[in-house]
Amino acid sequence: MRPGLVIRLLVLGLLVAFIFAPGAFGWAFAPLNRPNQPPIYTQSSLLRLTLSHLGIVLGAVLAASIVAIGLAIVVTRRAGEDFLPLSRSLANIGQTFPPVAVLALAVPILGFGNGPTFVALFLYGLLPIFENALTGLTATPPAVREAARGMGMTGWQRLVGVELPLALPVILAGVRLSIVISLATATIGSTVAASTLGEVIIAGLLSNNIAFILQGGLIVAVLAVLIYDGLSAIERRLGRRGGAPLPAA
Amino acid sequence: MSQPTAPMIAIEGLCKDYEGRRVVEDVSLTIGRGEIVAVVGTSGSGKTTLLRMVNRLVEPSAGRVTIEGEDTRAQPPHLLRRRIGYVIQGNGLFPHRTVAQNIGTVPRLLGWDRARIAARVKALLEIFQLDPAEFAGRLPHELSGGQQQRVGVARALAAEPHLLLMDEPFGALDPIIRAKAQEDLLAIQKSFGTTIMLVTHDMDEAIALGTRIAVMDQGRVLQYAPPEDIIARPATPFVDALLGRGDRPFRLLSLGHVRDLLEPGTAQGEPIGPEASLREAFAECLWSGRDALPVIENGQALGIVRREALARQAGRPQ
Ligand SMILES: Nc1ncnc2c1ncn2[C@@H]1O[C@H](COP(=O)(O)OP(=O)(O)O)[C@@H](O)[C@H]1O
Ligand SMILES: [Mg+2]
Repeated sequence: MRPGLVIRLLVLGLLVAFIFAPGAFGWAFAPLNRPNQPPIYTQSSLLRLTLSHLGIVLGAVLAASIVAIGLAIVVTRRAGEDFLPLSRSLANIGQTFPPVAVLALAVPILGFGNGPTFVALFLYGLLPIFENALTGLTATPPAVREAARGMGMTGWQRLVGVELPLALPVILAGVRLSIVISLATATIGSTVAASTLGEVIIAGLLSNNIAFILQGGLIVAVLAVLIYDGLSAIERRLGRRGGAPLPAA
Repeated sequence: MSQPTAPMIAIEGLCKDYEGRRVVEDVSLTIGRGEIVAVVGTSGSGKTTLLRMVNRLVEPSAGRVTIEGEDTRAQPPHLLRRRIGYVIQGNGLFPHRTVAQNIGTVPRLLGWDRARIAARVKALLEIFQLDPAEFAGRLPHELSGGQQQRVGVARALAAEPHLLLMDEPFGALDPIIRAKAQEDLLAIQKSFGTTIMLVTHDMDEAIALGTRIAVMDQGRVLQYAPPEDIIARPATPFVDALLGRGDRPFRLLSLGHVRDLLEPGTAQGEPIGPEASLREAFAECLWSGRDALPVIENGQALGIVRREALARQAGRPQ
Protein backbone atom coordinates (compact mmCIF):
# COMPACT_ATOMS: atom_id res chain seq x y z
CA MET A 1 0.00 0.00 0.00
CA ARG A 2 1.21 3.49 -0.79
CA PRO A 3 2.03 5.71 2.20
CA GLY A 4 -0.42 8.38 1.01
CA LEU A 5 -3.29 5.91 1.19
CA VAL A 6 -2.21 4.70 4.66
CA ILE A 7 -2.26 8.26 5.99
CA ARG A 8 -5.69 8.92 4.49
CA LEU A 9 -7.12 5.73 5.99
CA LEU A 10 -5.61 6.58 9.38
CA VAL A 11 -7.12 10.08 9.32
CA LEU A 12 -10.49 8.67 8.30
CA GLY A 13 -10.31 6.08 11.09
CA LEU A 14 -9.50 8.73 13.67
CA LEU A 15 -12.35 10.93 12.49
CA VAL A 16 -14.87 8.09 12.67
CA ALA A 17 -13.61 7.06 16.11
CA PHE A 18 -13.91 10.62 17.39
CA ILE A 19 -17.40 11.13 16.04
CA PHE A 20 -18.69 7.85 17.48
CA ALA A 21 -16.91 8.05 20.85
CA PRO A 22 -15.83 11.64 21.51
CA GLY A 23 -15.63 10.93 25.26
CA ALA A 24 -12.57 8.75 24.71
CA PHE A 25 -10.65 11.79 23.44
CA GLY A 26 -11.24 14.03 26.46
CA TRP A 27 -7.59 13.78 27.50
CA ALA A 28 -6.50 15.37 24.19
CA PHE A 29 -8.71 18.46 24.55
CA ALA A 30 -8.62 18.92 28.36
CA PRO A 31 -5.24 20.78 28.39
CA LEU A 32 -6.81 23.57 26.31
CA ASN A 33 -9.44 24.41 28.92
CA ARG A 34 -9.62 25.58 32.49
CA PRO A 35 -10.04 22.58 34.80
CA ASN A 36 -13.74 23.23 35.47
CA GLN A 37 -14.69 23.41 31.75
CA PRO A 38 -15.92 20.28 29.93
CA PRO A 39 -13.37 19.24 27.24
CA ILE A 40 -15.93 17.53 24.97
CA TYR A 41 -19.19 18.91 23.57
CA THR A 42 -22.09 16.77 24.81
CA GLN A 43 -25.25 18.93 24.43
CA SER A 44 -26.02 16.98 21.27
CA SER A 45 -24.30 14.00 19.70
CA LEU A 46 -21.40 14.79 17.37
CA LEU A 47 -22.49 11.90 15.17
CA ARG A 48 -25.91 13.41 14.67
CA LEU A 49 -24.49 16.87 14.00
CA THR A 50 -21.94 15.52 11.52
CA LEU A 51 -24.58 13.55 9.61
CA SER A 52 -26.92 16.50 9.54
CA HIS A 53 -24.09 18.82 8.42
CA LEU A 54 -23.15 16.43 5.63
CA GLY A 55 -26.79 15.94 4.70
CA ILE A 56 -27.46 19.65 4.26
CA VAL A 57 -24.24 20.15 2.30
CA LEU A 58 -24.70 17.17 -0.02
CA GLY A 59 -28.39 17.94 -0.52
CA ALA A 60 -27.67 21.56 -1.41
CA VAL A 61 -24.77 20.67 -3.71
CA LEU A 62 -26.84 17.97 -5.41
CA ALA A 63 -29.63 20.46 -6.06
CA ALA A 64 -27.11 23.07 -7.23
CA SER A 65 -25.47 20.48 -9.53
CA ILE A 66 -28.75 19.53 -11.16
CA VAL A 67 -29.72 23.15 -11.78
CA ALA A 68 -26.24 24.36 -12.79
CA ILE A 69 -25.42 21.45 -15.11
CA GLY A 70 -28.90 21.55 -16.59
CA LEU A 71 -28.52 25.27 -17.23
CA ALA A 72 -25.06 24.80 -18.74
CA ILE A 73 -26.47 22.14 -21.08
CA VAL A 74 -29.33 24.39 -22.17
CA VAL A 75 -27.16 27.44 -22.89
CA THR A 76 -24.60 25.40 -24.83
CA ARG A 77 -27.27 24.09 -27.23
CA ARG A 78 -27.89 26.17 -30.30
CA ALA A 79 -31.42 27.02 -29.18
CA GLY A 80 -30.23 28.29 -25.79
CA GLU A 81 -27.19 30.26 -26.95
CA ASP A 82 -28.93 33.62 -26.43
CA PHE A 83 -29.34 32.94 -22.71
CA LEU A 84 -25.64 32.38 -22.05
CA PRO A 85 -24.86 35.93 -20.80
CA LEU A 86 -28.05 36.13 -18.73
CA SER A 87 -27.44 32.80 -17.00
CA ARG A 88 -23.84 33.78 -16.28
CA SER A 89 -24.93 36.95 -14.50
CA LEU A 90 -27.60 35.09 -12.52
CA ALA A 91 -25.08 32.58 -11.23
CA ASN A 92 -22.69 35.43 -10.43
CA ILE A 93 -25.32 37.23 -8.38
CA GLY A 94 -25.75 34.07 -6.31
CA GLN A 95 -22.08 34.29 -5.47
CA THR A 96 -21.91 38.00 -4.64
CA PHE A 97 -24.48 37.86 -1.80
CA PRO A 98 -22.63 37.23 1.46
CA PRO A 99 -23.95 33.96 2.94
CA VAL A 100 -24.91 35.76 6.15
CA ALA A 101 -27.10 38.11 4.13
CA VAL A 102 -28.77 35.16 2.43
CA LEU A 103 -29.44 33.60 5.82
CA ALA A 104 -30.87 36.85 7.17
CA LEU A 105 -33.13 37.25 4.15
CA ALA A 106 -34.26 33.62 4.16
CA VAL A 107 -35.17 33.38 7.84
CA PRO A 108 -38.34 35.52 7.61
CA ILE A 109 -39.51 33.36 4.72
CA LEU A 110 -38.36 29.90 5.75
CA GLY A 111 -38.12 30.35 9.55
CA PHE A 112 -35.33 29.13 11.77
CA GLY A 113 -33.79 25.71 11.11
CA ASN A 114 -32.09 24.01 8.18
CA GLY A 115 -34.06 25.76 5.41
CA PRO A 116 -32.17 29.09 5.16
CA THR A 117 -28.81 27.30 5.27
CA PHE A 118 -29.87 24.96 2.50
CA VAL A 119 -30.89 27.94 0.35
CA ALA A 120 -27.62 29.79 1.02
CA LEU A 121 -25.51 26.75 0.19
CA PHE A 122 -27.56 26.06 -2.93
CA LEU A 123 -27.02 29.59 -4.24
CA TYR A 124 -23.35 29.42 -3.34
CA GLY A 125 -22.86 26.11 -5.05
CA LEU A 126 -24.36 27.19 -8.39
CA LEU A 127 -21.56 29.35 -9.74
CA PRO A 128 -18.52 27.06 -9.54
CA ILE A 129 -20.49 24.13 -10.94
CA PHE A 130 -22.07 26.22 -13.69
CA GLU A 131 -18.79 27.82 -14.75
CA ASN A 132 -16.99 24.49 -14.86
CA ALA A 133 -19.82 22.72 -16.69
CA LEU A 134 -19.78 25.54 -19.22
CA THR A 135 -16.02 25.25 -19.65
CA GLY A 136 -16.24 21.48 -20.01
CA LEU A 137 -19.13 21.48 -22.47
CA THR A 138 -17.59 24.13 -24.73
CA ALA A 139 -14.16 22.46 -24.71
CA THR A 140 -15.12 19.51 -26.92
CA PRO A 141 -12.41 19.53 -29.62
CA PRO A 142 -13.93 20.88 -32.87
CA ALA A 143 -12.80 17.81 -34.83
CA VAL A 144 -14.54 15.52 -32.34
CA ARG A 145 -17.72 17.59 -32.47
CA GLU A 146 -17.60 17.58 -36.26
CA ALA A 147 -16.98 13.83 -36.43
CA ALA A 148 -19.87 13.11 -34.07
CA ARG A 149 -22.20 15.12 -36.29
CA GLY A 150 -20.75 13.63 -39.47
CA MET A 151 -21.27 10.08 -38.17
CA GLY A 152 -24.99 10.79 -37.86
CA MET A 153 -25.37 11.19 -34.09
CA THR A 154 -28.44 13.14 -33.00
CA GLY A 155 -28.04 16.14 -30.70
CA TRP A 156 -29.01 14.03 -27.70
CA GLN A 157 -26.59 11.24 -28.66
CA ARG A 158 -23.77 13.75 -29.01
CA LEU A 159 -24.54 15.28 -25.61
CA VAL A 160 -24.81 11.99 -23.72
CA GLY A 161 -22.24 9.99 -25.65
CA VAL A 162 -19.54 12.56 -26.33
CA GLU A 163 -19.86 16.01 -24.77
CA LEU A 164 -20.85 15.07 -21.21
CA PRO A 165 -18.34 12.21 -20.82
CA LEU A 166 -15.54 14.46 -22.06
CA ALA A 167 -16.65 17.30 -19.77
CA LEU A 168 -17.10 15.07 -16.73
CA PRO A 169 -13.69 15.63 -15.08
CA VAL A 170 -14.09 19.40 -15.31
CA ILE A 171 -17.69 19.27 -14.09
CA LEU A 172 -16.62 17.15 -11.13
CA ALA A 173 -13.93 19.68 -10.27
CA GLY A 174 -16.68 22.29 -9.97
CA VAL A 175 -18.77 20.01 -7.76
CA ARG A 176 -15.76 19.35 -5.55
CA LEU A 177 -15.09 23.06 -5.16
CA SER A 178 -18.72 23.65 -4.31
CA ILE A 179 -18.75 20.88 -1.68
CA VAL A 180 -15.68 22.23 0.05
CA ILE A 181 -17.03 25.79 0.14
CA SER A 182 -20.36 24.51 1.44
CA LEU A 183 -18.81 22.37 4.16
CA ALA A 184 -17.22 25.48 5.63
CA THR A 185 -20.11 27.84 4.99
CA ALA A 186 -22.65 25.47 6.58
CA THR A 187 -21.17 26.17 10.02
CA ILE A 188 -22.60 29.70 9.87
CA GLY A 189 -26.04 28.14 9.51
CA SER A 190 -26.08 27.30 13.20
CA THR A 191 -26.58 31.02 13.94
CA VAL A 192 -30.10 30.52 12.61
CA ALA A 193 -30.55 27.16 14.33
CA ALA A 194 -29.51 24.87 11.52
CA SER A 195 -28.30 21.56 12.87
CA THR A 196 -24.66 21.62 11.77
CA LEU A 197 -21.23 21.35 13.32
CA GLY A 198 -21.29 25.14 13.62
CA GLU A 199 -23.36 24.50 16.76
CA VAL A 200 -20.25 23.15 18.50
CA ILE A 201 -18.16 26.12 17.44
CA ILE A 202 -20.80 28.65 18.48
CA ALA A 203 -21.20 26.93 21.86
CA GLY A 204 -17.43 27.23 22.27
CA LEU A 205 -17.49 30.92 21.39
CA LEU A 206 -20.35 31.65 23.81
CA SER A 207 -18.80 29.81 26.74
CA ASN A 208 -15.22 30.70 25.87
CA ASN A 209 -14.44 27.00 25.47
CA ILE A 210 -11.48 26.59 23.12
CA ALA A 211 -11.78 22.79 23.06
CA PHE A 212 -15.32 23.03 21.63
CA ILE A 213 -14.24 25.49 18.93
CA LEU A 214 -11.35 23.28 18.00
CA GLN A 215 -13.28 20.02 17.77
CA GLY A 216 -16.06 21.55 15.66
CA GLY A 217 -13.52 23.13 13.35
CA LEU A 218 -11.41 19.99 13.13
CA ILE A 219 -14.28 17.72 12.09
CA VAL A 220 -15.31 20.15 9.33
CA ALA A 221 -11.73 20.56 8.11
CA VAL A 222 -10.95 16.84 8.04
CA LEU A 223 -14.24 16.10 6.24
CA ALA A 224 -13.38 18.75 3.66
CA VAL A 225 -9.89 17.43 3.07
CA LEU A 226 -10.99 13.81 2.73
CA ILE A 227 -13.85 14.59 0.33
CA TYR A 228 -11.68 16.96 -1.73
CA ASP A 229 -9.03 14.30 -1.94
CA GLY A 230 -11.39 11.47 -2.92
CA LEU A 231 -13.09 13.49 -5.65
CA SER A 232 -9.72 14.64 -7.03
CA ALA A 233 -8.67 11.01 -7.36
CA ILE A 234 -11.85 10.19 -9.30
CA GLU A 235 -11.29 13.17 -11.62
CA ARG A 236 -7.73 12.12 -12.30
CA ARG A 237 -8.83 8.63 -13.21
CA LEU A 238 -11.55 9.94 -15.55
CA GLY A 239 -9.12 12.45 -17.07
CA ARG A 240 -6.53 9.78 -17.74
CA ARG A 241 -9.11 7.63 -19.44
CA GLY A 242 -10.01 10.47 -21.76
CA GLY A 243 -6.35 11.19 -22.43
CA ALA A 244 -7.13 14.75 -21.43
CA PRO A 245 -4.83 17.01 -19.46
CA LEU A 246 -5.56 17.02 -15.75
CA PRO A 247 -8.27 19.49 -14.81
CA ALA A 248 -6.97 22.40 -12.79
CA ALA A 249 -7.59 21.96 -9.04
CA MET B 1 -35.38 5.07 -53.21
CA SER B 2 -31.93 4.63 -54.71
CA GLN B 3 -31.77 3.91 -58.42
CA PRO B 4 -29.12 1.49 -59.62
CA THR B 5 -28.45 3.42 -62.83
CA ALA B 6 -28.17 6.90 -61.31
CA PRO B 7 -24.72 8.38 -60.66
CA MET B 8 -23.42 8.08 -57.11
CA ILE B 9 -23.55 11.84 -56.60
CA ALA B 10 -25.19 14.45 -58.78
CA ILE B 11 -24.58 18.03 -57.69
CA GLU B 12 -26.77 20.55 -59.49
CA GLY B 13 -26.32 24.32 -59.28
CA LEU B 14 -25.13 24.21 -55.69
CA CYS B 15 -24.53 27.55 -53.95
CA LYS B 16 -23.72 28.62 -50.43
CA ASP B 17 -23.87 32.15 -49.00
CA TYR B 18 -22.39 33.21 -45.68
CA GLU B 19 -23.47 36.65 -44.54
CA GLY B 20 -24.24 37.70 -48.09
CA ARG B 21 -20.91 36.41 -49.40
CA ARG B 22 -21.06 33.58 -51.90
CA VAL B 23 -18.48 30.96 -50.91
CA VAL B 24 -19.73 28.21 -53.25
CA GLU B 25 -21.00 29.44 -56.59
CA ASP B 26 -23.20 27.39 -58.88
CA VAL B 27 -21.30 24.11 -58.74
CA SER B 28 -22.57 21.22 -60.84
CA LEU B 29 -20.80 17.89 -61.13
CA THR B 30 -21.62 14.22 -61.22
CA ILE B 31 -19.55 11.48 -59.68
CA GLY B 32 -19.89 7.97 -61.04
CA ARG B 33 -19.93 4.80 -58.98
CA GLY B 34 -16.48 3.63 -57.96
CA GLU B 35 -14.85 6.94 -58.87
CA ILE B 36 -12.39 8.84 -56.72
CA VAL B 37 -12.99 12.52 -57.28
CA ALA B 38 -10.40 14.86 -55.82
CA VAL B 39 -11.53 18.42 -55.17
CA VAL B 40 -8.43 20.56 -55.19
CA GLY B 41 -7.90 24.26 -54.67
CA THR B 42 -6.23 26.86 -52.49
CA SER B 43 -7.30 27.43 -48.91
CA GLY B 44 -10.63 29.26 -48.67
CA SER B 45 -11.76 28.27 -52.16
CA GLY B 46 -14.88 26.55 -50.77
CA LYS B 47 -13.82 22.88 -50.96
CA THR B 48 -14.85 21.99 -47.42
CA THR B 49 -18.15 23.82 -47.76
CA LEU B 50 -18.91 21.96 -51.00
CA LEU B 51 -18.09 18.59 -49.39
CA ARG B 52 -20.15 19.33 -46.28
CA MET B 53 -23.18 20.17 -48.39
CA VAL B 54 -23.17 16.59 -49.66
CA ASN B 55 -23.91 15.11 -46.22
CA ARG B 56 -25.81 18.23 -45.16
CA LEU B 57 -23.44 19.31 -42.41
CA VAL B 58 -23.97 22.56 -44.31
CA GLU B 59 -27.37 23.28 -45.87
CA PRO B 60 -27.10 24.66 -49.43
CA SER B 61 -28.43 28.14 -50.17
CA ALA B 62 -29.49 26.96 -53.61
CA GLY B 63 -29.25 23.90 -55.81
CA ARG B 64 -29.57 20.25 -54.89
CA VAL B 65 -27.63 17.06 -54.34
CA THR B 66 -28.82 13.58 -55.19
CA ILE B 67 -27.09 10.43 -54.02
CA GLU B 68 -27.84 7.30 -56.06
CA GLY B 69 -30.72 9.24 -57.58
CA GLU B 70 -32.27 10.18 -54.25
CA ASP B 71 -32.52 13.81 -53.12
CA THR B 72 -30.49 14.25 -49.92
CA ARG B 73 -33.37 16.22 -48.43
CA ALA B 74 -35.62 13.17 -48.62
CA GLN B 75 -34.58 12.04 -45.14
CA PRO B 76 -33.48 13.68 -41.88
CA PRO B 77 -29.80 14.69 -42.01
CA HIS B 78 -28.62 12.34 -39.25
CA LEU B 79 -30.06 9.33 -41.07
CA LEU B 80 -28.47 10.48 -44.33
CA ARG B 81 -25.07 10.81 -42.63
CA ARG B 82 -25.16 7.28 -41.24
CA ARG B 83 -25.16 6.03 -44.84
CA ILE B 84 -22.18 8.15 -45.86
CA GLY B 85 -18.63 7.65 -44.58
CA TYR B 86 -16.93 10.81 -43.35
CA VAL B 87 -13.25 11.38 -42.62
CA ILE B 88 -11.79 14.71 -41.52
CA GLN B 89 -8.35 16.12 -40.97
CA GLY B 90 -7.21 15.41 -37.43
CA ASN B 91 -9.51 12.35 -37.59
CA GLY B 92 -11.82 13.44 -34.71
CA LEU B 93 -11.65 10.12 -32.89
CA PHE B 94 -13.64 10.07 -29.65
CA PRO B 95 -10.88 10.34 -27.03
CA HIS B 96 -12.83 8.52 -24.30
CA ARG B 97 -13.77 5.53 -26.45
CA THR B 98 -11.58 2.60 -27.38
CA VAL B 99 -10.48 1.92 -30.93
CA ALA B 100 -13.14 -0.82 -31.22
CA GLN B 101 -15.88 1.47 -29.85
CA ASN B 102 -14.80 4.26 -32.19
CA ILE B 103 -14.96 1.99 -35.22
CA GLY B 104 -18.30 0.57 -34.10
CA THR B 105 -19.92 4.02 -33.80
CA VAL B 106 -22.12 4.03 -36.90
CA PRO B 107 -23.05 0.31 -36.78
CA ARG B 108 -24.19 0.93 -33.20
CA LEU B 109 -26.26 3.92 -34.31
CA LEU B 110 -27.79 1.71 -36.97
CA GLY B 111 -28.69 -0.89 -34.37
CA TRP B 112 -26.51 -3.74 -35.57
CA ASP B 113 -26.31 -6.59 -33.07
CA ARG B 114 -23.22 -6.94 -30.92
CA ALA B 115 -21.74 -9.98 -32.66
CA ARG B 116 -22.02 -8.37 -36.08
CA ILE B 117 -20.36 -5.16 -34.86
CA ALA B 118 -17.53 -7.11 -33.22
CA ALA B 119 -16.92 -9.14 -36.37
CA ARG B 120 -16.93 -6.03 -38.54
CA VAL B 121 -14.54 -4.18 -36.21
CA LYS B 122 -12.16 -7.13 -36.21
CA ALA B 123 -12.23 -7.41 -40.00
CA LEU B 124 -11.56 -3.69 -40.44
CA LEU B 125 -8.66 -3.68 -37.98
CA GLU B 126 -7.11 -6.52 -39.97
CA ILE B 127 -7.63 -4.72 -43.27
CA PHE B 128 -5.89 -1.66 -41.82
CA GLN B 129 -3.02 -3.77 -40.49
CA LEU B 130 -3.81 -3.19 -36.83
CA ASP B 131 -3.70 -6.40 -34.79
CA PRO B 132 -7.15 -6.62 -33.12
CA ALA B 133 -5.74 -8.28 -29.99
CA GLU B 134 -3.38 -5.38 -29.49
CA PHE B 135 -5.36 -2.39 -30.71
CA ALA B 136 -9.09 -3.03 -30.15
CA GLY B 137 -8.96 -2.02 -26.49
CA ARG B 138 -6.64 0.95 -26.82
CA LEU B 139 -7.66 4.56 -26.47
CA PRO B 140 -6.90 6.94 -29.36
CA HIS B 141 -4.17 8.78 -27.46
CA GLU B 142 -2.30 5.49 -27.19
CA LEU B 143 -1.87 5.34 -30.99
CA SER B 144 0.59 7.01 -33.35
CA GLY B 145 -0.68 9.66 -35.76
CA GLY B 146 -0.69 7.21 -38.66
CA GLN B 147 -2.59 4.61 -36.64
CA GLN B 148 -5.17 7.19 -35.54
CA GLN B 149 -5.68 8.17 -39.14
CA ARG B 150 -6.26 4.54 -40.15
CA VAL B 151 -8.76 4.09 -37.34
CA GLY B 152 -10.51 7.24 -38.58
CA VAL B 153 -10.89 5.74 -42.06
CA ALA B 154 -11.90 2.36 -40.63
CA ARG B 155 -14.60 4.09 -38.58
CA ALA B 156 -15.92 5.84 -41.69
CA LEU B 157 -16.12 2.51 -43.57
CA ALA B 158 -17.63 0.52 -40.69
CA ALA B 159 -21.22 0.50 -41.88
CA GLU B 160 -20.20 -0.38 -45.45
CA PRO B 161 -21.19 2.94 -47.02
CA HIS B 162 -21.28 3.23 -50.81
CA LEU B 163 -19.91 6.73 -50.52
CA LEU B 164 -16.97 8.09 -48.56
CA LEU B 165 -16.36 11.82 -48.05
CA MET B 166 -12.85 12.81 -47.01
CA ASP B 167 -11.68 16.31 -46.04
CA GLU B 168 -7.88 16.58 -46.14
CA PRO B 169 -7.68 13.10 -44.61
CA PHE B 170 -3.90 12.88 -44.85
CA GLY B 171 -3.16 16.52 -44.03
CA ALA B 172 -1.65 15.81 -40.62
CA LEU B 173 0.64 12.97 -41.70
CA ASP B 174 4.34 13.17 -42.54
CA PRO B 175 5.26 12.48 -46.21
CA ILE B 176 6.26 8.82 -45.83
CA ILE B 177 3.22 7.78 -43.81
CA ARG B 178 1.07 9.89 -46.10
CA ALA B 179 2.26 8.03 -49.21
CA LYS B 180 1.54 4.70 -47.51
CA ALA B 181 -1.90 5.89 -46.40
CA GLN B 182 -2.73 6.97 -49.98
CA GLU B 183 -1.63 3.58 -51.29
CA ASP B 184 -3.76 1.78 -48.69
CA LEU B 185 -6.75 3.93 -49.55
CA LEU B 186 -6.44 3.03 -53.23
CA ALA B 187 -6.20 -0.68 -52.39
CA ILE B 188 -9.23 -0.54 -50.10
CA GLN B 189 -11.19 1.49 -52.61
CA LYS B 190 -10.44 -1.11 -55.24
CA SER B 191 -11.57 -4.03 -53.10
CA PHE B 192 -14.75 -2.37 -51.73
CA GLY B 193 -15.64 -0.37 -54.84
CA THR B 194 -16.47 2.59 -52.58
CA THR B 195 -17.02 5.93 -54.31
CA ILE B 196 -14.81 8.60 -52.80
CA MET B 197 -15.07 12.37 -52.86
CA LEU B 198 -11.86 13.76 -51.41
CA VAL B 199 -10.85 17.33 -50.63
CA THR B 200 -7.19 18.34 -50.73
CA HIS B 201 -5.07 21.43 -51.30
CA ASP B 202 -2.25 19.23 -52.62
CA MET B 203 -2.23 18.79 -56.41
CA ASP B 204 0.16 15.81 -56.15
CA GLU B 205 -2.34 14.05 -53.89
CA ALA B 206 -5.19 14.86 -56.27
CA ILE B 207 -3.23 13.43 -59.21
CA ALA B 208 -2.13 10.36 -57.26
CA LEU B 209 -5.65 9.48 -56.11
CA GLY B 210 -8.21 11.01 -58.46
CA THR B 211 -9.92 9.34 -61.37
CA ARG B 212 -11.16 12.87 -61.93
CA ILE B 213 -10.09 16.17 -60.43
CA ALA B 214 -12.28 19.18 -59.75
CA VAL B 215 -10.21 22.35 -59.49
CA MET B 216 -11.86 25.04 -57.36
CA ASP B 217 -11.13 28.72 -57.00
CA GLN B 218 -13.27 31.33 -55.23
CA GLY B 219 -16.23 29.02 -54.90
CA ARG B 220 -16.31 27.92 -58.53
CA VAL B 221 -15.22 24.71 -60.21
CA LEU B 222 -12.85 25.84 -62.96
CA GLN B 223 -12.18 22.44 -64.47
CA TYR B 224 -13.48 18.94 -63.87
CA ALA B 225 -11.56 16.31 -65.80
CA PRO B 226 -9.27 13.26 -65.51
CA PRO B 227 -5.75 14.08 -64.25
CA GLU B 228 -4.09 13.65 -67.67
CA ASP B 229 -6.47 16.21 -69.22
CA ILE B 230 -5.94 18.65 -66.37
CA ILE B 231 -2.17 18.38 -66.82
CA ALA B 232 -2.24 18.47 -70.62
CA ARG B 233 -4.94 21.08 -71.10
CA PRO B 234 -5.40 23.27 -68.03
CA ALA B 235 -8.62 25.21 -68.61
CA THR B 236 -7.49 28.49 -67.05
CA PRO B 237 -4.24 30.18 -66.06
CA PHE B 238 -5.18 29.45 -62.44
CA VAL B 239 -5.27 25.68 -63.04
CA ASP B 240 -1.98 26.01 -64.87
CA ALA B 241 -0.43 27.86 -61.93
CA LEU B 242 -1.76 25.30 -59.48
CA LEU B 243 -0.06 22.54 -61.46
CA GLY B 244 3.29 24.33 -61.38
CA ARG B 245 4.82 24.73 -64.86
CA GLY B 246 8.17 23.17 -63.93
CA ASP B 247 6.53 19.97 -62.67
CA ARG B 248 4.16 19.26 -65.53
CA PRO B 249 6.23 16.69 -67.46
CA PHE B 250 6.90 14.75 -64.30
CA ARG B 251 3.27 14.91 -63.18
CA LEU B 252 2.31 13.49 -66.56
CA LEU B 253 4.83 10.69 -66.19
CA SER B 254 3.60 9.87 -62.70
CA LEU B 255 0.24 8.83 -64.21
CA GLY B 256 1.69 5.99 -66.33
CA HIS B 257 3.24 2.66 -65.44
CA VAL B 258 6.39 1.01 -66.77
CA ARG B 259 4.20 -1.75 -68.19
CA ASP B 260 2.74 0.76 -70.69
CA LEU B 261 6.15 1.46 -72.30
CA LEU B 262 7.57 -2.05 -72.18
CA GLU B 263 9.81 -2.97 -75.14
CA PRO B 264 11.63 -6.19 -75.97
CA GLY B 265 15.36 -6.24 -75.33
CA THR B 266 17.91 -6.43 -72.54
CA ALA B 267 19.65 -3.81 -70.43
CA GLN B 268 22.22 -3.68 -67.67
CA GLY B 269 21.97 -2.72 -64.01
CA GLU B 270 19.33 -2.48 -61.33
CA PRO B 271 15.94 -3.66 -62.71
CA ILE B 272 12.54 -1.98 -62.16
CA GLY B 273 9.06 -3.51 -61.69
CA PRO B 274 6.29 -3.18 -64.31
CA GLU B 275 3.95 -1.41 -61.84
CA ALA B 276 6.47 1.32 -60.98
CA SER B 277 5.46 4.75 -62.27
CA LEU B 278 7.09 6.16 -65.40
CA ARG B 279 8.29 9.02 -63.26
CA GLU B 280 10.30 6.63 -61.09
CA ALA B 281 11.72 4.91 -64.17
CA PHE B 282 12.75 8.23 -65.75
CA ALA B 283 14.33 9.41 -62.51
CA GLU B 284 16.28 6.14 -62.29
CA CYS B 285 17.54 6.50 -65.90
CA LEU B 286 18.74 10.04 -65.22
CA TRP B 287 20.26 9.20 -61.88
CA SER B 288 22.18 6.11 -63.00
CA GLY B 289 23.02 7.55 -66.44
CA ARG B 290 21.50 4.57 -68.29
CA ASP B 291 19.64 4.65 -71.62
CA ALA B 292 17.40 1.72 -70.66
CA LEU B 293 16.33 -0.22 -67.57
CA PRO B 294 15.61 -3.96 -67.44
CA VAL B 295 12.02 -4.72 -66.37
CA ILE B 296 11.63 -7.74 -64.13
CA GLU B 297 8.59 -9.19 -62.43
CA ASN B 298 8.89 -12.04 -59.89
CA GLY B 299 12.42 -12.79 -61.14
CA GLN B 300 11.26 -13.05 -64.74
CA ALA B 301 12.67 -10.63 -67.35
CA LEU B 302 9.82 -8.88 -69.24
CA GLY B 303 11.95 -6.56 -71.42
CA ILE B 304 13.19 -3.00 -71.09
CA VAL B 305 11.98 0.55 -70.75
CA ARG B 306 14.02 3.20 -72.65
CA ARG B 307 14.89 6.69 -71.52
CA GLU B 308 14.06 8.12 -74.91
CA ALA B 309 10.56 6.64 -74.81
CA LEU B 310 10.08 8.00 -71.30
CA ALA B 311 11.21 11.48 -72.35
CA ARG B 312 8.80 11.42 -75.29
CA GLN B 313 5.99 10.42 -72.94
CA ALA B 314 6.73 13.45 -70.77
CA GLY B 315 5.97 15.88 -73.58
CA ARG B 316 2.64 17.70 -73.98
CA PRO B 317 0.09 15.27 -75.43
CA GLN B 318 -1.01 16.18 -78.95
N1 LIG C 1 -19.62 28.79 -41.02
C1 LIG C 1 -19.07 29.77 -41.78
N2 LIG C 1 -19.45 31.05 -41.61
C2 LIG C 1 -18.93 32.05 -42.36
N3 LIG C 1 -18.02 31.86 -43.32
C3 LIG C 1 -17.59 30.61 -43.54
C4 LIG C 1 -18.09 29.49 -42.79
N4 LIG C 1 -17.49 28.37 -43.23
C5 LIG C 1 -16.65 28.75 -44.22
N5 LIG C 1 -16.71 30.09 -44.41
C6 LIG C 1 -15.95 30.85 -45.42
O1 LIG C 1 -16.17 30.25 -46.66
C7 LIG C 1 -14.98 30.25 -47.44
C8 LIG C 1 -14.69 28.85 -47.91
O2 LIG C 1 -14.34 28.06 -46.79
P1 LIG C 1 -13.98 26.52 -46.92
O3 LIG C 1 -15.08 25.82 -47.62
O4 LIG C 1 -13.64 26.03 -45.55
O5 LIG C 1 -12.69 26.57 -47.83
P2 LIG C 1 -11.56 25.45 -48.05
O6 LIG C 1 -12.01 24.17 -47.46
O7 LIG C 1 -11.39 25.40 -49.54
O8 LIG C 1 -10.33 25.99 -47.40
C9 LIG C 1 -13.89 30.83 -46.57
O9 LIG C 1 -13.69 32.17 -46.95
C10 LIG C 1 -14.45 30.75 -45.19
O10 LIG C 1 -13.97 31.81 -44.40
MG1 LIG D 1 -11.08 22.97 -45.97
